[in-house]
Amino acid sequence: MSRFAGVDFLDIDSLLTEEERLVRESVRSFVDDRIVPIIEECHREARFPIELLPKIGELGLLGATITEYDLPGLNNVAYGLIMQELERGDSGLRSFVSVQGSLVMYPIHTFGSKEQRDRWIPPMAAGDAIGCFGLTEPDFGSNPAGMLTNAKRVGNEWLLNGAKQWITNGSIADVAVVWARTEDGVRGFLVEKGTPGYTATDQHGKFSLRASITSELGFQDCRIPAENVLPKTVGLKNALMCLNQARYGIAWGALGAAMDCYTTALEYSKERKQFGGQPIACHQLVQDKLVWMISEITKGQLLAVQLGRMKDENRLKHQHVSLGKRNNVWVARECAKLAREILGANGIVDDYPVIRHMLNIESVYTYEGTHDIHGLVIGQAVTGIPAFNPPTVQAQAAAELTTDKTR
Amino acid sequence: MKIAVCMKQVPDTEASLRVRKDSLWIDEEELTFVINESDGYALEEALTIAEKTGGEVVVFSLGGERVREALRKALALGAARAVHLADPAFEGGDALATGRALAAAIQAQQFDLVLTGSQSGDAGFSSTGSVIAGFLGWPHAWLVMGLEVEDGKKAAKVTREMESGVNEIVRLALPAVIEVQAGINSPRYASLKGIMQAKRKEIAAVTPADLGLGAEEVGAAASLLETLAVFFPESGKGAEIFEGDPADCARQLVEKLRKEARVL
Ligand SMILES: Cc1cc2nc3c(=O)[nH]c(=O)nc-3n(C[C@H](O)[C@H](O)[C@H](O)COP(=O)(O)OP(=O)(O)OC[C@H]3O[C@@H](n4cnc5c(N)ncnc54)[C@H](O)[C@@H]3O)c2cc1C
Repeated sequence: MSRFAGVDFLDIDSLLTEEERLVRESVRSFVDDRIVPIIEECHREARFPIELLPKIGELGLLGATITEYDLPGLNNVAYGLIMQELERGDSGLRSFVSVQGSLVMYPIHTFGSKEQRDRWIPPMAAGDAIGCFGLTEPDFGSNPAGMLTNAKRVGNEWLLNGAKQWITNGSIADVAVVWARTEDGVRGFLVEKGTPGYTATDQHGKFSLRASITSELGFQDCRIPAENVLPKTVGLKNALMCLNQARYGIAWGALGAAMDCYTTALEYSKERKQFGGQPIACHQLVQDKLVWMISEITKGQLLAVQLGRMKDENRLKHQHVSLGKRNNVWVARECAKLAREILGANGIVDDYPVIRHMLNIESVYTYEGTHDIHGLVIGQAVTGIPAFNPPTVQAQAAAELTTDKTR
Repeated sequence: MKIAVCMKQVPDTEASLRVRKDSLWIDEEELTFVINESDGYALEEALTIAEKTGGEVVVFSLGGERVREALRKALALGAARAVHLADPAFEGGDALATGRALAAAIQAQQFDLVLTGSQSGDAGFSSTGSVIAGFLGWPHAWLVMGLEVEDGKKAAKVTREMESGVNEIVRLALPAVIEVQAGINSPRYASLKGIMQAKRKEIAAVTPADLGLGAEEVGAAASLLETLAVFFPESGKGAEIFEGDPADCARQLVEKLRKEARVL
């Protein structure tokens, strides 16, 4: 069985600790042995390889940065390397681990009560319980602030109504972290599988992230016990904090997909012979594509390591995470495209991983804040002008900024 | 049971090798090193036995600074402690010199069993284990595909793979040195928790003096074998490459094997 040797043009390894490299090596072998051999079939059958969960839990990949509950307590660079290796296998698998760890265990751990933590963290870490994160709605994607899902306090319970869409792990989740509008702002609720009025239906016909489950959640007069609200959630910002965790992981994960595309194209170009029996790698146009890939992957690696170090020092701001997610997913998308070109017709069949990564990346480009939305986040950070809303509102903000300055 | 595992770090088999300028060894620069394949299986076997019978696994490795990474990995996988034969004087030795040093390090502690892989992926002498057994004066088995410690922990029953697919089962009195084959078990992955715990485990660096050995008794100085050259045999000579339709190639190959090589 062929093993992935990694991509390291610039001795990025020298920026990593021995422990970080060991973490990567362990996940790398797991992906080589257990994911790579089955993933194309999962993708064809649109099946999430749920049978791998116990092993994933045993390795410690779920909630790996948490120190309590006998969990590994890894630093953020090691965590990032896990995401890189998983997504080198498949974006769907990485998505599962991101959702479970960053979007469900993280909020329960950070905003939950002791009872909630005790109840959910251990089984979720072991892979015995699955979580999902419901923020996006049919009419509110990039702008979750407009959400319609709402919860009303009735005695000792909350009455939850609304719908969430595009929810990873939705139908297999034992618990959903659902964000809903309340009288006191947006709050997070733990909605358990089997709650009357709670439905989860799978989204079919996906051409992307096929090895991952995506569902629509419905809530009709769901009675949620008061102890199931995450006590420390006080607004939409708490949901965005979760997304920041996950996006950080995506900045690393996307590099994994890019690396797989690059190494596949590199190998192929050295073996495929055309014109005079020469490998296609001898052509300048082909080399240019490979050079573009390795250059951008290398820059992306430096970016990811810096984000991780800053995150470990608590200095990472959300606009930095936006920069990482936006850049590295774009790099992966471009690499998939160039790799597919190099593979010619073989680039469109699943004998090679490239077309699968190419399709997957379309989801990654869109979820957790689209490429353009992150552009606007960075734009606001550098100009001070939020440009999310239509120009009229924007002009007003700019005018206020000018008057502020002249005053 | 207290089990010693001897592990060697070797170049990654995925790497493409180059001969060093002096032609006496391969160029180790830019190579990545991994735990020798069958030694990884030996470690897994040791960990499983220690889990079943209680006790601990101690790993030994001889080599430069880079060897620590292999030892750290073994600790992450579950070994309790590591001993690093770290002095430069240990290096450059043949199987005799290396085996003597390892035996001395093992003798410094009490062990019930020593496990190693049957062969190293680089030099491939397949003799370090027998040398260790010789110096310790313990029974020894090679090419082991099955290992069972008997009740009372006085003996081990091993299944050996011999030529032509014949297997044999032998009983060895413990303590013994057992060399396992790759494939005897399925090695575990290092869990993230194991990796974090490994940070706090001890890697003891020892010198020849610590083992009561003189500088002339270890490494290159003590080797009875001298490497004259390493090289890649010229390829292409006598090789014939068939091209074109696979079915056609197969037909030609069978023809040649039958008529020219006369092996069919
Ligand atoms: C496979 C998959 C899994 C997902 N999993 C989850 C999950 O687990 N939980 C969850 O809550 N959500 C999930 N999502 C939803 C995802 O987060 C949203 O799709 C994403 O936020 C974009 O929302 P939208 O699809 O409604 O697009 P829209 O918001 O409608 O955007 C459409 C286009 O308009 C652009 N646009 C929007 N606003 C602006 C603006 N102000 N300026 C410029 N351009 C703009 C966008 O960039 C985009 O190109 C998932 C999505 C996918 C595809």
